[in-house]
Amino acid sequence: MSNTMKSVALASAVAAAFAAQTTTVEAAAKEKCYGVSLAGANDCAAGPGTTCAGTSTVDYQGNAWTLVDKGTCAEIELPATADGTPRQGSLEELDRDLPA
Amino acid sequence: MLDTSPQNDRLPSAPGVGYKPQHFNDLMQTPGPVSWIEVHAENYMGEGGRPHAQLRALQERFALSVHGVGLSIGGQEPLDTEHLDRLHILIERTSPASFSEHLAWSTHGAEFMNDLLPLPYTDTTLDHVASHITQVQDKLGRQMLLENPSSYLAFEESTWSETDFLSELVKRTGCGLLLDVNNVFISATNLGYSPQSYVDAYPLHAVGEIHVGGHDEDSDDQGAPLLIDSHGKPVVDPVWALLDYTLRKTGSRPVLVEWDNDVPDWPVLRAEAERAAKALQPVQ
Amino acid sequence: MTVSQSSFREALLDAERPVPAGLNNAVGGPAGARFSVYRNNVIVSLSEALATAFPLVRKLLGTEAFAQLAGVFVRAHPPDSPLIMFYGEALPDFLRDFEPLKHIGYLPDCARLDLAFRQSYHAADAPPFDPSVLQGEDAGQMARARLAPATRLLRSKWPLHDIWRLNMVPDAPKPRAIAQDIMITRPEFDPQPTLLPPGSIDWLERLHAGATFGEATDMVLSSNPTFDLTETLTLALTTHALTDYTTKER
Repeated sequence: MSNTMKSVALASAVAAAFAAQTTTVEAAAKEKCYGVSLAGANDCAAGPGTTCAGTSTVDYQGNAWTLVDKGTCAEIELPATADGTPRQGSLEELDRDLPA
Repeated sequence: MLDTSPQNDRLPSAPGVGYKPQHFNDLMQTPGPVSWIEVHAENYMGEGGRPHAQLRALQERFALSVHGVGLSIGGQEPLDTEHLDRLHILIERTSPASFSEHLAWSTHGAEFMNDLLPLPYTDTTLDHVASHITQVQDKLGRQMLLENPSSYLAFEESTWSETDFLSELVKRTGCGLLLDVNNVFISATNLGYSPQSYVDAYPLHAVGEIHVGGHDEDSDDQGAPLLIDSHGKPVVDPVWALLDYTLRKTGSRPVLVEWDNDVPDWPVLRAEAERAAKALQPVQ
Repeated sequence: MTVSQSSFREALLDAERPVPAGLNNAVGGPAGARFSVYRNNVIVSLSEALATAFPLVRKLLGTEAFAQLAGVFVRAHPPDSPLIMFYGEALPDFLRDFEPLKHIGYLPDCARLDLAFRQSYHAADAPPFDPSVLQGEDAGQMARARLAPATRLLRSKWPLHDIWRLNMVPDAPKPRAIAQDIMITRPEFDPQPTLLPPGSIDWLERLHAGATFGEATDMVLSSNPTFDLTETLTLALTTHALTDYTTKER
């Protein structure tokens, strides 16, 4: 691409971007901080005393992981793996979708 | 021009609340008797964004207390200077009316346990904690308040009572104290002593702030009562009574309501602050 | 009997270990289950922090499976900093190698996306790049810009944007079998994801590394002739992805 052409591309991109930008809001920071916040992650409270999470032993070799089926990944069907074994939710062979 | 904005004054001897972001609008519009807020230092150690903006807006209306939960002042090892630097930056940025931390540890090696863990009270731990407090106060260039913990167990090796330990720290370092009366009630119940006698033995002249909060009731494997410092419920009557008892001895002090788990809608928390205002009335 | 903080810590994270001797109940007997209060606090508080910090991974696995994962992860990778809002940086690599979940190949990228949202939320504020400096042929070619501190770029071999949308946007279609790059930006205070067209991520990275608009465009066009500058620049400007070149690097 010649420099002139690139300039034209850049100029038209800028024009398009300006046009699109008029739809974005330039709200005052003060107004915006009334919005939804993430909860603070640190606090100084103790967890509920009745749980036994701290004392349960963790067996992750067991079949407990079939619980994963309760998550949304069971809804995601993507192609089979390299060895041809069809497995839900695996897409290891996919290359980046970019022209060479 | 004289800067009279609230953050440069001391905390008012009035009710405050532990700030939760979901209360931002309500707090700004209908604060009730609340004139100051407390935030956990670590939640404002990011680089910017909404947490910083909200805190700036809040500081235009409310005095601020910064309450650290991650410094591990009771740790056997040297303080994490990287974290102390972060704290310094936060204190410089917000100029709070008060900075407080806990008599507890949470960091060991490179690991942060995210809980306020207990320490024995011995000559050795006294030296450690005193030198850590001095290091913090030197770094921040201000006095800090130290909070008494909630105890679930006792260390056989302890040779100091908690109140004597705290008195000695005040003497050695010039720090102030944050008296959490809910923690007193919890520890007294869990370890079998009278909460009033704890308050009687406490160095009350050094108290710069008082906490109240809710707790959970459980029992240990012997069936003995075990109270848990959950901050997830209204303050119970015996703790309000202990606050009254304390305020009669200290006189008026800043009183904070803490509610960290199952955080209720603003009117419920405001009602707790109103209850604290009532407790302060006779001593104003 | 002295209880060191290392023995306290070891018993804290490993429930198989006995409660350290020297810890007592109210009447001088062994502390027993009282020690579990601390065990619970550590595991529950950190697991909850992860559940909040990784909403996409949690939806994909379901609440129960996520809690199990968190229980394993917390013990294997306790936080190395008191800033719990950034806890979980090790989760993407952990998921990649974690046998029970290895078969869900896209999970590590989803964890990276969750992390990027958090980092963006807490990143420094910066004024958006002023596009008027791009006006005029030569000036536009020679101008420079940087990614705003809150901007994050993610390359994925997976349909990461589709997977995010399926979980976070009502009635979204199922993920297609394509690779998707995502840019997270924070126009005001709320991070938002944008699906990037091919070549965009290379152009943005070049720009951030110091290339001029002209140079970055040349470099990307040489390997990717279909690169659409108008589309990319429009996305970058409307989402406030860029800031002035002189703004302090993150």
